[in-house]
Amino acid sequence: MEHIRTPKVENVRMIVTPRKSTVGTLYLSSTHTIFVENSEALKETWVLHSLVYNVERLPANSSGSPLIIRCKNFHVYRLLILQEKDCLDVLACLTRLSRPERYGELFCFSFNPNLDKELREKAWGFIDLKAEFSRMGIPRNLWHVTAANHEYRLCDTYPSELFVPKSASPAVIVGSAKFRSRGRLPVLSYFHRDTGASICRSSQPLSGFSARSSDDEQMLQAIMKSNPVSEFMYVVDTRPKLNAMANRAAGKGYENEDHYTNIKLQFIGIENIHVMRNSQQKLIDVGELAAPSMSDFLWGLENSGWLKHIKAVLDAGVFIAKAVAEEGVSVLVHCSDGWDRTAQACSVASVLLDPYYRTIKGLMVLIEKDWVSFGHKFSHRYAHLDGDPKEVSPVMDQFLECVWQLMQQFPCAFEFNERFLIQLHTHIYSCQYGNFICNCQKERRDLRLKERTHSLWPHLWENRAEYTNPLYRTGHSQTRGVLKPLTTAYCFKFWKGMYSRAEKSVASYQSPADCLNAVREESQQLEEELSAHQERLAQLKERKTSGERKKSNKLSERVPRPIPIESELSSPLDYFTAPRSEKNTPSFTLPLQLAAPHKNGDPDDLSTCSDFESGVADLSSYSSSGGDDTKDPDSDEVVKANA
Amino acid sequence: MEFAELIKTPRVDGVVLHRPFMPTVEGTLCLTGHHLILSSRQDNTEELWLLHANIDSIEKRFVGSLGTIIVKCKDLRVIQLDIPGMEECLNIASSIEALSTLDSVSLMYPFFYRPLFEVIEDGWQLFVPEEAFKDLESMTDEWRLSEVNKDFSVCPSYPSLLTVPKDIDDESLCKAASFRHGGRFPVLSYYHKKNGMVMMRAAQPLTGTNGRRCKEDEKLINATLCAGKRGYIIDTRTIAVAQQAKARGGGFEQEANYAQWRRIHKAIERSNVLQEGLIKLVEACNDQSHSMDRWLSKLEASNWQSNVKEILTTACLAAQCIDREGASVLVHGTEGTDSTLQVTSLAQIILDPACRTIRGFEALIEREWLQAGHPFQQRCAQSAYSNGKPRSEAPVFLLFLDCVWQILRQFPCSFQFNENFLIMLFEHAYASQFGTFLGNSVAERLKLLLSQKTVSLWSWVNRPQELERFLNPLYEPNNLVIWPSVAPQSLLLWEGVFLRWNRSTKCLDEAYQEMVHIIEYNKELQNKVNSLRRQLAQLETEDGPLQTP
Repeated sequence: MEHIRTPKVENVRMIVTPRKSTVGTLYLSSTHTIFVENSEALKETWVLHSLVYNVERLPANSSGSPLIIRCKNFHVYRLLILQEKDCLDVLACLTRLSRPERYGELFCFSFNPNLDKELREKAWGFIDLKAEFSRMGIPRNLWHVTAANHEYRLCDTYPSELFVPKSASPAVIVGSAKFRSRGRLPVLSYFHRDTGASICRSSQPLSGFSARSSDDEQMLQAIMKSNPVSEFMYVVDTRPKLNAMANRAAGKGYENEDHYTNIKLQFIGIENIHVMRNSQQKLIDVGELAAPSMSDFLWGLENSGWLKHIKAVLDAGVFIAKAVAEEGVSVLVHCSDGWDRTAQACSVASVLLDPYYRTIKGLMVLIEKDWVSFGHKFSHRYAHLDGDPKEVSPVMDQFLECVWQLMQQFPCAFEFNERFLIQLHTHIYSCQYGNFICNCQKERRDLRLKERTHSLWPHLWENRAEYTNPLYRTGHSQTRGVLKPLTTAYCFKFWKGMYSRAEKSVASYQSPADCLNAVREESQQLEEELSAHQERLAQLKERKTSGERKKSNKLSERVPRPIPIESELSSPLDYFTAPRSEKNTPSFTLPLQLAAPHKNGDPDDLSTCSDFESGVADLSSYSSSGGDDTKDPDSDEVVKANA
Repeated sequence: MEFAELIKTPRVDGVVLHRPFMPTVEGTLCLTGHHLILSSRQDNTEELWLLHANIDSIEKRFVGSLGTIIVKCKDLRVIQLDIPGMEECLNIASSIEALSTLDSVSLMYPFFYRPLFEVIEDGWQLFVPEEAFKDLESMTDEWRLSEVNKDFSVCPSYPSLLTVPKDIDDESLCKAASFRHGGRFPVLSYYHKKNGMVMMRAAQPLTGTNGRRCKEDEKLINATLCAGKRGYIIDTRTIAVAQQAKARGGGFEQEANYAQWRRIHKAIERSNVLQEGLIKLVEACNDQSHSMDRWLSKLEASNWQSNVKEILTTACLAAQCIDREGASVLVHGTEGTDSTLQVTSLAQIILDPACRTIRGFEALIEREWLQAGHPFQQRCAQSAYSNGKPRSEAPVFLLFLDCVWQILRQFPCSFQFNENFLIMLFEHAYASQFGTFLGNSVAERLKLLLSQKTVSLWSWVNRPQELERFLNPLYEPNNLVIWPSVAPQSLLLWEGVFLRWNRSTKCLDEAYQEMVHIIEYNKELQNKVNSLRRQLAQLETEDGPLQTP
């Protein structure tokens, strides 16, 4: 709290669009910035400090001091503060609070959703990686868990439990670890039961120009042999070949095909974290353009290179999945350290290979396995703490986007929807839950995160109805087998839901998925009503026969009138009347009932109360272009009239 | 029969057909006067029936004595035929070329097509101007139906009946017509019931360099304004283009003479530029080897998406002037037969929920495109694979359909029809067994006796069996004005048309089926619950009083 000089600023204007804004009060708490509208509804907007990417103050003008808050999940808030002093205070405070210096300052350590200790512990057990490895059906005679990394002795960024070929002796394991960057030796990531081929991962070998390690060579041989039917294995180096070669000068590099027997080396060409960081920044800039032309947009998209990089990651996944599923050949994947591109390639391949990872729970498991446990540096990459900006990179963003791109091609294949991916993305950055804090399992253990923070997974699971894709049905052909996506350039789309939040809040559109979810929900209620009616009907018929019998005996008996049951009187269309009447009012508001349930002022919901008002046309965006105005003074009259 | 002269080799055996995402078929190739047919003569294999009119261009290649003809269709499909024998191949190629470029309209397939279905509702009689005027009369008495163009002498591209302000007599109309390009004087396009505002359309005024004026024209459009109200003239051209038009006798309305009107210039491209854009776009879509950068830069260079954005933006502007500003609008470009119609028809889709039903949309196409004199015959003579120098071909109607698709995608519950309906209209505008899109104007269609000699597309589409394919399961009627987003990130490439033949749509089709299932199941449940409820009510009243537990 010591950083908050001005906890409350009144008469702050939140600018939604150039012609739409609301006035309210701004509060600063130790964890959130809260904007409360002065309107009757007292609509609240909560912005978590840890989600703030940067705060920018623009020069003060006659109406006040503008302040722009940009968030790591690409939300942008534009505020206008009357007093410059208040603006400076808010700026200073947010700048400090959004850059915590120690883990202890993170929101997850103060976030308290009122769970007792027992529930909290249970929640941490929600995702069980042991169960996951046994789900894969790993043959015990070929693979086993090695104790070599007990207490993180061998590799401090790996999990303590590692699956390795049973034929690899402890000496080979230790020797191989020594020959790999940061001790990240080749271990099992995914086993494909249908073909017996596996995906293993590691970091780059310390081969330099001539070094070799017979242990490492034996390790690869053991991996290959663990797939008894195949005669060779792929080593996928996800880096561009040039980068890999450059690493040789630093005593690292890639496998020499002459030293390793029966390997095929394949470079994929995913660029490094620095290229990706710059690329995403350019993409964000495109999303932030004010009233861009189509050329501005397409040129900006091309210039950012973002979709090219997404394609590279997906291509890596496709190559691996094809090797494993179609050729039945095992693959060892690595990059430099084996925690960024390797994680991307392995997890994309897993999503393609295994329908389980396309379910809500399965994706959680996959992230827990390939990212969290294998030491993806979450805290560095997503700038949880104030640190080296060169360590920051949207590695996970790209994985989530690959999944989204796949969802566009296979609309029935995924149990979850876009909202789920966006929520995951937000929480990777938010530091609200302990799951993504730190850079590896050892750090997490040392910080006792499981005792001090909460797990995100059960929370998402409880709300899974919100994240369900209505088109997903177990038993559908797309929910089985291996996905074979097309990766032609035109298959990749700009992820508007992620990168154009502002555009989304200006106009609300009907979403077919939300409509379908509403229909499905209604069907469920109808099913219940149907069985209730059927029961009642049977009852009545029963009564009728017994009544007839009774009638014949006692004609004079009077039975009281039936009491109408309320639910039976209401029509089934009643579930729809609300949205329908809404539609008939000329309020230019689309059926909100079908849209996302949005929680006002729920600190748990990190998104804000987005504006659902339908896109009342904004004349400025339609107004004629430059040259006309000068020659024809009348032409911009409409804009003035509307201003 | 002259077709026989054009067909040098009517039949070749052992021809192999390659189509994207389909197994190859070997069979017999037959050429008839209007079709290219490939049949494998096996029961279970699909045959190919291709209208010659659908063929945009062909290429031939030879490897030894095996000839290959690549057939590029106006619906953007590309197929390949391997024909054994050089002579046969050359004969087939030249026959196809001749048959697909017939000059005479009356030799076109619609004049020979006999429907295999019974015409219950004649599409030619469905959308007559008198009916539309009856609707208008029920809302306002400010307008009249003029017969001034009865013999098409005032304006050859207009229909014989036109809706004009009540107070303007036919003589004034003639004078206004002489002041407008092609005689296209301002006529009513749309009446906005909510506030009584109107949208009119015309061609450019013939002001020329010396600033000619026409009192009757001024009076005509002023008659549509309420006292003290101003209106907007939306010129679909940039001010620069409009200025240039003066030198050729055209021009735009001068403020001094149209004091009650505010003019807004927009920048919808002229048709020949649009055609180039289509060619570039389809070229980019058909090259699967493009890197991401190359694809995006080609997409950008085609300007197709920019055109979509500009047209949609102009339509939104027109709709906004009417609905939000409470002002009447006059739309024109140069001839008033292309960009003008794109704008007026899209504005109606935004404003009028009736246009979002199947019947309403058909009526809109009749009113704002066919009867309004969009030269379909000229514009749709060639598509994206034309390699000759373009004459008057232009994808004006396709761009309109693309814009409708963009709105449909943003408001998937507001349209009674689905994407297939739009794709079907695209196909039939370019090649069809029906006469609807033949000719360039009402006058030409009358002369060709289309309504007697050909079948209307609507006679076929509106049959319940056909209609089913075109119904949008998500449709929930609403009375809203729908404002689409015109931000570039909200406008997508229309994959259903441009990538249609370049990828398998199996997964997307399955998703559509899944959606239909969900909705049908819901309806089924509703029916069941309703019938049970009735049964219950009946039982309870019939049996008289019964105790409830």
